[in-house]
Amino acid sequence: MMEDIIGRYMRLELDGVPHRIYVEEAGQGIPLLCLHTAGSDTRQWRGLLNDPAVTRHFRCIAFDLPWHGKSSPPEGWWREEYKLTTAAYAGAVMGVSRALGLEKPLVMGCSIGGRIVLELAAAHGAELGGVIGLQSSAHVTPYYDVSWTHRADVHGGEACAGVVSGLMAPQSPEAERWETLWHYMQGGPGVFRGDLHFYKEEGDLRGRLASIDTAQCPVWLLTGEYDYSCTPEATMEVAAAVPGAKATIMEKLGHFPMSEHYARFAAALAPVLSEVRAARR
Amino acid sequence: MTPLDLPARVNADPVLRRWGRDLSADVLLEVGGQSWLLAIVKGVITQVRQGPFLMPRWDVALRADAEAWADYLRPEPPPGRHDLFALIRFGKLKLEGNPHPFMSHILWFKGALATLRGAAA
Repeated sequence: MMEDIIGRYMRLELDGVPHRIYVEEAGQGIPLLCLHTAGSDTRQWRGLLNDPAVTRHFRCIAFDLPWHGKSSPPEGWWREEYKLTTAAYAGAVMGVSRALGLEKPLVMGCSIGGRIVLELAAAHGAELGGVIGLQSSAHVTPYYDVSWTHRADVHGGEACAGVVSGLMAPQSPEAERWETLWHYMQGGPGVFRGDLHFYKEEGDLRGRLASIDTAQCPVWLLTGEYDYSCTPEATMEVAAAVPGAKATIMEKLGHFPMSEHYARFAAALAPVLSEVRAARR
Repeated sequence: MTPLDLPARVNADPVLRRWGRDLSADVLLEVGGQSWLLAIVKGVITQVRQGPFLMPRWDVALRADAEAWADYLRPEPPPGRHDLFALIRFGKLKLEGNPHPFMSHILWFKGALATLRGAAA
């Protein structure tokens, strides 16, 4: 059985630097651009891109950030230390969106993706049809030493998976949880840590929330209750700071709702997608 | 179940034996006022002793809040109490000593201690 997901490579420049980016998509209709979590890749969206209830009405697109999945790092990567920044991340998302010619895309991101959609709404809201933040927070206080995810004497893949494994709900199906961990075990050396530079250090967006106009760019926030990285409280702080944002706490889900238990996540996402469709009729 | 049951649970689990194949360490587990010393050699728990100890020697210590640990051991633990890192995040578990055995074998520690979950918990 062949799935409906089609994957291709895109050549484009990001901040003047040539990149080769892996993009996959399924479905037709309203463009829905999906952003994976730190240290992972597009496979987290396999449930969504294989869900006919969604792809019937939405053109679902996911891409691997540079350094992730099947998107190579740019030439010269061996000379630099990877550190994701707000500007580079927003530039990559908007660059891919523009290269694909998406009109008023809905952007849905999880974790670091749930963070950057807040910046996208603040800085590029006029170009977007709305944002959906999964596990969204404006900042996170570090609670472990992230250097353990990138050391010569510790297996990086196993450490990354070990760090994130408990972020999922214990009720999530075992196979989906371990699939999610496999993606973490496959990340390049130091890439998860480099993403966390944005998530835990540089990308504190508390000062940006007031710039979001939800009349122009609607904001939905969906957060799994078992997430202790981006806690439900952190999401509710964002919701309180962004007038018009609609927040839902999802029971029996954690930090990777779309990947750890797609069926349960789909039920929480459906009303949001219905609202999007109703607004565009 | 108590930590005294760990050797029977962990040593018979082929997955944990594989995750722990390079793990050798003396681990102090403390829950409230109770403590246990685990001797681990290449992923096998060769000995568990129950405290109190006069002069314990260990490589890494895990000191848990008793109430939070009881929640952790529930078959369906509540958010924030369901994982060792969740307990660390909310200040209910302290890691002391040399973090290397723990941080290089997170999946083993999570899996091994989760075997204590069950009817008796």
